Amino acid sequence: MNFERIREKLNILADAAKYDVSCSSSGSKRKNTTKGLGDSSGMGICHSYTEDGRCISLLKILLTNHCIFDCAYCVSRKSNDIKRAGFKIQEVVDLTINFYRRNYIEGLFLSSGIFSSPDYTMERLIAVAKKLRLEENFNGYIHLKSIPGCSDELMREAGLYADRLSINIEIPTVSGLKLLAPEKDHKDFIKPIEKVKNEIIQYQADKKLIKNTPVYAPAGQSTQMIVGATGESDKDIMYSAVHYYSTYKMKRVYYSGYVPVLHDERLPALGTEVPMLRENRLYQTDWLLRFYGFDVRELLNNQHPNLDIDIDPKLSWALRNMNLFPVDVNKADKRMLARIPGLGMLSVNKILNARKYRRLNWENLKAIGIAMNRAKYFIVCDSKDWEHKDLEPAHIKSMILQSSQSKYQKMYNKQLRLFN
Amino acid sequence: MKTQKLKYDGTFEGLLTAIFTVYEERLSSAHIIEERFFEPDFFSELITVFTDENKASRVWEGLKSFQQFRTSVYRSFLSGLPDKEVHILDAIQYVLKTKNDKDYGHPSVLKMAQITKQIGREKHRMEAFVRFKRTKDDIYVAIIEPDFNVLPLIAKHFKNRYADQQFVIYDRSRSYGIFYDLNSVQFIELDFNDTVLKEALHDEEKHYDEMWQDYFISTGIKSRINKKLHLRNVPKRYWKYLNEKKPL
Repeated sequence: MNFERIREKLNILADAAKYDVSCSSSGSKRKNTTKGLGDSSGMGICHSYTEDGRCISLLKILLTNHCIFDCAYCVSRKSNDIKRAGFKIQEVVDLTINFYRRNYIEGLFLSSGIFSSPDYTMERLIAVAKKLRLEENFNGYIHLKSIPGCSDELMREAGLYADRLSINIEIPTVSGLKLLAPEKDHKDFIKPIEKVKNEIIQYQADKKLIKNTPVYAPAGQSTQMIVGATGESDKDIMYSAVHYYSTYKMKRVYYSGYVPVLHDERLPALGTEVPMLRENRLYQTDWLLRFYGFDVRELLNNQHPNLDIDIDPKLSWALRNMNLFPVDVNKADKRMLARIPGLGMLSVNKILNARKYRRLNWENLKAIGIAMNRAKYFIVCDSKDWEHKDLEPAHIKSMILQSSQSKYQKMYNKQLRLFN
Repeated sequence: MKTQKLKYDGTFEGLLTAIFTVYEERLSSAHIIEERFFEPDFFSELITVFTDENKASRVWEGLKSFQQFRTSVYRSFLSGLPDKEVHILDAIQYVLKTKNDKDYGHPSVLKMAQITKQIGREKHRMEAFVRFKRTKDDIYVAIIEPDFNVLPLIAKHFKNRYADQQFVIYDRSRSYGIFYDLNSVQFIELDFNDTVLKEALHDEEKHYDEMWQDYFISTGIKSRINKKLHLRNVPKRYWKYLNEKKPL
């Protein structure tokens, strides 16, 4: 094996793949029952972390960065003058197996530029997964990209070998896609997603009747959207995220702050700061929707098309709905407890357990570990001591901001200054 | 009244036997201590505990209805902390008397829960941070120096995962290791020598080592660098055996 050449390819093709943020390796049920290699039945493991703080659990590479498309936001676009390379199928298999055997990774994340045709590209991705599963008896995690516009038959086959399939929407609005990726059709993205969704439903139904139905994409589907490339609002992004969660039963939607890598008039200039704080607020919103029982219309609507940058989305919702507070933590139901700023689901469950034995006071709440500086304006408990005054939302906000030191403070001060 | 010092051999069965003895002889102020830390004094009575599997398993069976607590007993033992026996005995006596195995208001029960959590974290870290090197005779070797004695806890994970590969994980700070021979995992003791290991490495090893280091660099995004977060995720004390963090 020519290691020098492979090393060079790895550098090029890992560099091109790094803007895909998904790195989860959990949620699969592939047990090592045949004395083969690998086991992905438990939780995912982060084997290392990049210097920007993201987890490394999969070998994340492109099969090739040759691409026939010219999408403005993508490093690998046709018109970009960069080094191009392509792996042979066997090379990817060898790299995966050898990294896995050394406990570097949990599995493979394979994406690709689109060369000759979507079907041809997808066939090659599947060939890698197939070889790993059938020839190498590999039970580690495999995440394959679905290629926009590829056929249903191939998507069916892909799910038989991969644990997760994903396709990146990238641009949340149809108009934005037209602007930045004029050659791509929105429908081409939806078709594979639809197919995989139906296959998963089919699998779950068959599984009930026939126990040995071959597993189909056990870790489900995910997608990713770029934030801050086309001037879309937070409302646009979250409404389409909700659409993907509900219509296509996605496991995850990822948000990726746009990193300017190319000069293009349609995009933010090179050197523009990555909107990391905005990305963080979007993830917070995503969590509120999936775990806290919020409806997206409560958090984002025509009056509030964008999230507050200086405070988290739950607090900002609470300040707009002061009529619902204060909440009595000893009486309120789970749904309402989850809506109190400063309480996470962990604290909510602890409160529900603890209040069976005694009425909770400030001391108890502190011991449970809730964020008092925010919560205290919104709750009453077993104590006469609580915020009696009818405070204005703006006043509460300023008191909370004064009493807390956000690690992001530097950022939003800078961002606010733009409007002064 | 004199305290009774119970000296045991440092094995888990030994500890359980000691606990059995406390009940059997109705000792009221017992202090269990590992042989190697034992120092005789005039104020306490010495009892030497001879490890007895039968007695040990009776204690273990006695805790059967408190599954979570029982795991916590074993993990606290593995922590190697100097006062572990005190908390374990105290907690077991409390739990067997009151059946409140989840009462974290009790200091020893709470302490054990905390230790268990710490060990769980270390176990998970080791499942992530073990880095194998392939040798010429096709055994994959890793060296670790974990904060706690987690080898017995991680053996199963690695056995399931690498069912078709022989491996050794060697705990340098505790001078023992585990060896999987494609059938079962055994505990081994050996003298480890860096130069010998280096010579024994497979020719390919250098290449994969380099490629992993390269990959680590090329997969990071420079415009998003966050060193503080990075250090929290990968604390410096683990860098020694992480090839991607090898100091240049």
